[in-house]
Amino acid sequence: MVRETTPATVPTAAADTAVTLCGIEMTNPVMAASGTFGYGREFAALYDIDLLGSFSFKGTTPKPRFGNETPRIAECTEGMLNSVGLQNPGVDAVIAEELPALAEVFHKPVMANVCGGCPEDYAEVTEKLEIADAQNEAQGLPQIGWIEVNISCPNVKSGGMAFGTDPKAAASVVRAVRQKTKKPVIAKLSPNVTDITEIGRACEAAGADGLTAINTLLGMRIDLKSRRPVLANTMGGFSGPAVFPVALRAVYQLCRAVDIPVIGCGGISSAEDVLEMMMAGASAVQVGSANLVDPYACKRIIEELPQAMKQYGIKALRDLAAQAQVR
Amino acid sequence: MKNDIMTIQSQRRLAEGTYEMILQLPHAGAQDTRQRQPVLPGQFLNIRLEGCYLRRPISICDWREDTLTIIYKTVGGGTTKMSRMQPGEKLDVLWPLGNGYDLSRCGKAGSDSQSAACPLLIGGGAGVPPMYGLCRKLVGAGVQPKVILGFRSAADVFYRSEFEALGAEVILTTEDGSAGTKGFVTDVMDGIRYDSLFACGPEAMLQAVDEKAPAEVPGQMSFERRMGCGFGACMGCSCRTKYGSKRICVEGPVMERSEIVW
Repeated sequence: MVRETTPATVPTAAADTAVTLCGIEMTNPVMAASGTFGYGREFAALYDIDLLGSFSFKGTTPKPRFGNETPRIAECTEGMLNSVGLQNPGVDAVIAEELPALAEVFHKPVMANVCGGCPEDYAEVTEKLEIADAQNEAQGLPQIGWIEVNISCPNVKSGGMAFGTDPKAAASVVRAVRQKTKKPVIAKLSPNVTDITEIGRACEAAGADGLTAINTLLGMRIDLKSRRPVLANTMGGFSGPAVFPVALRAVYQLCRAVDIPVIGCGGISSAEDVLEMMMAGASAVQVGSANLVDPYACKRIIEELPQAMKQYGIKALRDLAAQAQVR
Repeated sequence: MKNDIMTIQSQRRLAEGTYEMILQLPHAGAQDTRQRQPVLPGQFLNIRLEGCYLRRPISICDWREDTLTIIYKTVGGGTTKMSRMQPGEKLDVLWPLGNGYDLSRCGKAGSDSQSAACPLLIGGGAGVPPMYGLCRKLVGAGVQPKVILGFRSAADVFYRSEFEALGAEVILTTEDGSAGTKGFVTDVMDGIRYDSLFACGPEAMLQAVDEKAPAEVPGQMSFERRMGCGFGACMGCSCRTKYGSKRICVEGPVMERSEIVW
């Protein structure tokens, strides 16, 4: 399952950054989060993205979506709101154009973020991706490593977060995806719930191989001059460094509630944040908004990891996650 | 796109809440000209400011071998903070971003020597700065652009003399009539002969200009949107065009008149 690649940087012997996520080896635990990295193009133009552990591509639906009206972005203290609304070219265009282009610049398994308005939509996207990747899979070199089920987008009217805030609905989507793929299925959870462990357990029972926590927090801003919401869609998803403690708490709770790996996501912007998230039990991490402010954020964090590990006496990252999970 | 640390060379107040900042490029003074980044009029910078999470997208007004000039309005906390920065202080800048104006589509320039090109440049308020760089480029190419500058009132006017110094014919309008012709930029378009159109300003102004100009005149207009990243990753600034959705930050901010959906 592991793709042979030349590491872009040689990690120092003292710091072993490698981790395993649902049976897939990663040179480091840092992934870019869905919706902040497109399908990789913009960042591949800036640096060698093979440096990444992996990344989760833009939430993909059966049909192309324009998304919500603009403004879709609002600034907050140490963070931002977005109400993009899953703009994407649709799974057919992703298979025809984005995945071949990505194969040129990224030689590791990517995480496919799938979304839709009903469980059948999620199943359709998953099935099409599974078929498109069958040949690669047969050769032992899958282009898509994991399917990330987006049941937590706060910016779409039907589907998205509506699934992620109800254990039964969350399970139904995971089950629909599970039936269409042999790849590990990761459920991306919403923090906009009373008890995230209830949703996490329901996803695990429905066959999820892992969880990503968290998607954005539902938020809002009002423009003082116009007295109107800043976002055309009124509300949006809050992300950035301000949400890091919320994400960390969710990861901590989930790791104690389920036996599947948890990917920590929310406000991570430094190597120290990565370590903290893994101490809470995360097996890997996703960096989101930081990519938008500093396009080199993932590269910087990955390059700073060995030094930060040394500083805190960590020899191997996989030990860190394992220790956290048994505690 | 490059990520550079630029040094503030100078900063001055041009008008009410309007500032001009000259930034020194990191390679300033270097012999190696290969380091020099080509810039197109209409492109922009995305500036990181201490204490602000998102960068501030600001259009490039002018550029020289070692410097960039930007003109910005203080619209909120970030730009107000920026206006208080002193020469010598440094800024983290992503640049140059966006597509910029396509000069090859400027009327009949270059293609037909029988009749000289007559581009009309229209800048409204904060949309004036990119018109300056464009004007200088056109003048440098031997074209004589006509320029309409529109402001709210006399206190808001800037760069009129700078445009005139380039040799451009400038028509000034203010909404209250306190300087130049009273009214909007569209009120003075009728008497002007032009065969291509370039505009930047508030969307309502751009739409009014588009309605006023003859349909057969080719034109390009620069748009503004709230942006997340400024380099195409977040899909925060998407807009609909006749040829599908485009990102203002990458496929824009300059749009062809023929593709704009109002």
